[in-house]
Amino acid sequence: MITFEPQFFTERNREIDDGTLRAIAREVRKDILKMTTNANSGHPGGSMSAADIIVTLYYYKMRHNPENPKWEKRDRFVLSKGHVCPALYSVLARTGYFPIEKLMEFRKLGGMLQGHPSMDTTPGIEISTGSLGHGIGAAVGMAIALKLDKSDSKVYCMVGDGEIQEGSVWEAAMSASHYNLDNLVVIVDNNNLQIDGPVDEVMSIYPTMEKWKAFGWHTIEINGHDFEEIKRALDEADNVKYKPTMILAKTVKGKGVSFMENRAEWHGKALSPEQLKEALKELGEL
Amino acid sequence: MEKVSLRDAYGDTLVELGKEDERIVVLDADLSGSTKTAKFAKAFPERFFNMGIAETNMMNVAAGLAASGKIPFVSTFAIFGTGRAWEAVRQSICYPKLNVKIVCTHGGITVGEDGASHQALEDVANMRNIPNMTVIVPADDVETKQVIRKVAYTDGPFYVRLTREKFPRIFDESYKFEIGKGHVLVEGEDVTIIANGVMTSFALLAAEMLEREGISAEVIHMPTVKPIDKELIVKSVSKTQAVVTAEEHSIIGGLGSAVAEVLVENCPVPMERLGTPDVFGLSGKGWELLHYFRLDENGIIEKVKKVLERKEK
Repeated sequence: MITFEPQFFTERNREIDDGTLRAIAREVRKDILKMTTNANSGHPGGSMSAADIIVTLYYYKMRHNPENPKWEKRDRFVLSKGHVCPALYSVLARTGYFPIEKLMEFRKLGGMLQGHPSMDTTPGIEISTGSLGHGIGAAVGMAIALKLDKSDSKVYCMVGDGEIQEGSVWEAAMSASHYNLDNLVVIVDNNNLQIDGPVDEVMSIYPTMEKWKAFGWHTIEINGHDFEEIKRALDEADNVKYKPTMILAKTVKGKGVSFMENRAEWHGKALSPEQLKEALKELGEL
Repeated sequence: MEKVSLRDAYGDTLVELGKEDERIVVLDADLSGSTKTAKFAKAFPERFFNMGIAETNMMNVAAGLAASGKIPFVSTFAIFGTGRAWEAVRQSICYPKLNVKIVCTHGGITVGEDGASHQALEDVANMRNIPNMTVIVPADDVETKQVIRKVAYTDGPFYVRLTREKFPRIFDESYKFEIGKGHVLVEGEDVTIIANGVMTSFALLAAEMLEREGISAEVIHMPTVKPIDKELIVKSVSKTQAVVTAEEHSIIGGLGSAVAEVLVENCPVPMERLGTPDVFGLSGKGWELLHYFRLDENGIIEKVKKVLERKEK
């Protein structure tokens, strides 16, 4: 297990090479699959597409303190697409917010890891999410509060590509640019699959870049599985003034396991124990 | 009785709170002139956020502000704040039990001329059914000021229902509002009248008129609909053995329902509910509409007589 002292995380833009990030993300993907199979439910597909970005945020970019989750100077991460919390729970456990064994409590009665993120039960969760289209608004509120407090902390928020079909996402987008929230970065996890099928077939969100641009955002498009590109986009956002940044991350649902990739059926279904074995083998376990 | 504006009392109190506490921030959805948050906007422009006509986002943004240590007051018309934005209130504010104060004006039928689309007859029901939410319906300006002050400094989500129309002032400065407590305004023996909002002033009138007919009514003002003052209801009803509730709200899900829930589990007695029946409102002057729906002293007296007949059977 790749571990760091809590102090490691308290400065931004840490020295960490792509090989290490890739190795951590592989562990996170294994966690996602084990957690969801153990719970016999959950959302592995989108968790796998989001994993590389969440790993880069917590291991490379964000200033945070696993020993003091409410640390005043922390950067915030809001998982607006709350259903992919297995990826976030894994990263929180691996960076030291709670013991790794807790991951097996995911979705279990009395456990601290609810089916969707709950700030009341889980350290490191900034706001409870799960119903789509709300977390991004809360992220806007946090960014406004940080401006009022003259803090240089930043707010990162991940939304799903299907999620941006919710009108409230665009209400939030409008308000973020209206209030010049250059301390807010939204990452759209664009795996192009939602429960009922391809996003462009269910309800097209395209052209996505143009929409956010028209709402007054700085926009960047990247490959959401290329650590160099993720890092570069997050760094670019630091230099944008007076407007929020949207990073459109092109991703693959189920990324990392051949029989899961680009298949909508793995949106909200766990692997069977046999499939899990197969998948873990692909991810290099055993 | 002098008629006073609850929403002006709200706006004035917000300004006082803004002076006292840097954490107070205010959000509105393009109705600040009507909700009177414009007073705060003028005094503290840097802590006022107009969110435009986007109530769902306004609730989510308020949640984010509260999660960051601010004390957000959020205002719009009652139907938009509790209807349009209901699920944001549930997901982002009540579920994580965040310190957001939703204060909506234009509750009830007294919205008047704008008609059904703008008359919130369901707002108390909408907010009462969400866990962690406290629901308060003040009667006049004196009480409104105290309520706003109290909720500002009490942790957790609150819904305060105010109105467009001016209401009679029934309290003087000796009144002390407490969250979750009802107030016996008139003691009586034969029937308990439980009311809030404008209906409390009508309940006082009704009690006077009933007195002349030899009927002794106990009047309880019940500003907090949730959590309801169960103890006071049970105590009063054990004595009077009959209840009438009166509210400027649908009879489904509001004060009447909350009182009925207490009675049915503790001391079932004959009860009548006065409110708007299960219908939409319509255009008219605020006070005309109150009388149209019998939401006045006469309506209360009718219900009292009906409940007394049932009691005597």
